[in-house]
Amino acid sequence: MKILVCITNVPDTTAKISFTDNDTKLNKNGIPYIIGPYDDYALSRGVELKEQSGGTLTVLHVGEADADPQIRKALAIGADDAIRVNADPLDSYYTAAQIAHIAEQNKYDLILMGRESIDYNSGVVHGLVGEMLGIASYSPVMKLDIDGGTATISREIDGGKEILKAPLPLVLGCQEPIAEWKIPNMRGIMTARTKPLTVVEPVSLEEMTTPEKYSLPAPKGTCKMIPANEAETLIRLLQTEAKIL
Amino acid sequence: MSVLIYVELDNGSIKKTSLEAVAYGAKIAEKTGDKVAVLALGKADISELEKAGNYGAGKVLHAADDKLDQENSLAYADVLTQAAHQENSKIIILSKSGLGDAVAARAAAKLKAGIVSGVTGLPEINGSFKVPRGIFTGKAFATTEIKSDIKVLVVKKNAIEMDESSVRTVNADVETFSSVLRDSDFKATIVEVEKAASELSLTEASIIVSGGRGMKGPENWQPLLDLAKALGAATGCSKPVSDLDWRPHHEHIGQTGIKVAPDLYIACGISGAIQHLAGVNGSKCIVVINKDPEAPFFKAADYGIVGDLFEVLPKLTEAVKNLK
Repeated sequence: MKILVCITNVPDTTAKISFTDNDTKLNKNGIPYIIGPYDDYALSRGVELKEQSGGTLTVLHVGEADADPQIRKALAIGADDAIRVNADPLDSYYTAAQIAHIAEQNKYDLILMGRESIDYNSGVVHGLVGEMLGIASYSPVMKLDIDGGTATISREIDGGKEILKAPLPLVLGCQEPIAEWKIPNMRGIMTARTKPLTVVEPVSLEEMTTPEKYSLPAPKGTCKMIPANEAETLIRLLQTEAKIL
Repeated sequence: MSVLIYVELDNGSIKKTSLEAVAYGAKIAEKTGDKVAVLALGKADISELEKAGNYGAGKVLHAADDKLDQENSLAYADVLTQAAHQENSKIIILSKSGLGDAVAARAAAKLKAGIVSGVTGLPEINGSFKVPRGIFTGKAFATTEIKSDIKVLVVKKNAIEMDESSVRTVNADVETFSSVLRDSDFKATIVEVEKAASELSLTEASIIVSGGRGMKGPENWQPLLDLAKALGAATGCSKPVSDLDWRPHHEHIGQTGIKVAPDLYIACGISGAIQHLAGVNGSKCIVVINKDPEAPFFKAADYGIVGDLFEVLPKLTEAVKNLK
């Protein structure tokens, strides 16, 4: 089985976000970058499936060279090789088109990625890639087993879950608890250094969207404290002041 | 030309978040001079579909093929694309959800349309087309210009102010839409669907009562459930609580769980880690109840009570009951 896992390179979940250049660029100064947490789940499950079936796992990133440490980490966790499409991705459509282009050349059975990136939170790249390749896509996948050419998928739907069986190839957006995150061991880190990381140039594409300006949410007003022994006052305030109840 | 809105159905009626999307689309159509068309798929109550008119829709295209009764983003995207062609739609709107994103993505790829998901307000249309969106899980916003001819917007809850005065009483015309379904969209077999039928969906709920580790154990949830019941609220929890299996995983609210945007969010015994705040920062009003006055959640709250949950919660429930 040939597996492709797509990863994002994103600010850590606890990072404080700010902007520079007249609010047109993210301030990357002092921000630790990580593999997207959802992508990390996809990668972990991908490695498990590869080990079970004896296939190959390629990790793919669309982005610039500053992501290479995260790509090396993915190799240390268990990917066999890596491809980086050397581009500053404009938007979901652009990223998806680059992924689809790589996938067309290599015919993967399974393309895994996180349900969404934690920077733009769009959650649409898996659907776009699926459609561009003319294959099915599902998200968010919480459990995944492969038996021959069929995947059994458990995924979250509004207010519950659904279990479905679908033939490969598939594009899947993953989330916990599909697998436990894997921490690279020393042997993995050593071998990752010599695993191939191929850098390819992007296919050119018409610009669909451009981010123009960024802003931070307005600071929250002060919190009105209510003494515990007068808790019922809260309900009155919610009715008369906040006008919610 | 029509602004086209895809609406999700729940038991034959249009979901509340989808009705918001209809109102959002109608606002755009006012500016562009387009008509407003709605697409509904699968089994539906026609009188419920007509209600889209109250939110500004002129007509509802209803594709009633029973193959569409079961959620299927592949087929839905196909039908949405066909409807977009028929209506010559340049602006297509969906409400943000797992299904909404999936349908939007596949339709955008078919239509070669620019797509923005997580839209938080109306676009600025002035020669160019710019939309505000939430990024970094609510920690920031961006304004994005969409340059493509066809545009797909996936709109978050509360992207427009919905008050009673914006609701009319006009029925939309419901037309049958004959879609062409492709076998390739039906290759998957659905083995099982588990739905907690009685529970309110977190993404639709206007009030949520949520519990954290401060609840001290799954056996202590009753006072929280009582308050939720009195308020007609849905219940949620923090990540540690779902990790400990005190509450089911689908109740987990936060950065890696469900993101919610209710009118009122009541957090009980949740300290307010940044990952939890990321899931609730779209809420209109936040109430925090915690015995630790230093809990960071108070900084993000509108109202706070420092105290013992097991004393405070029953008092609140009592006060809510007295309101009615």
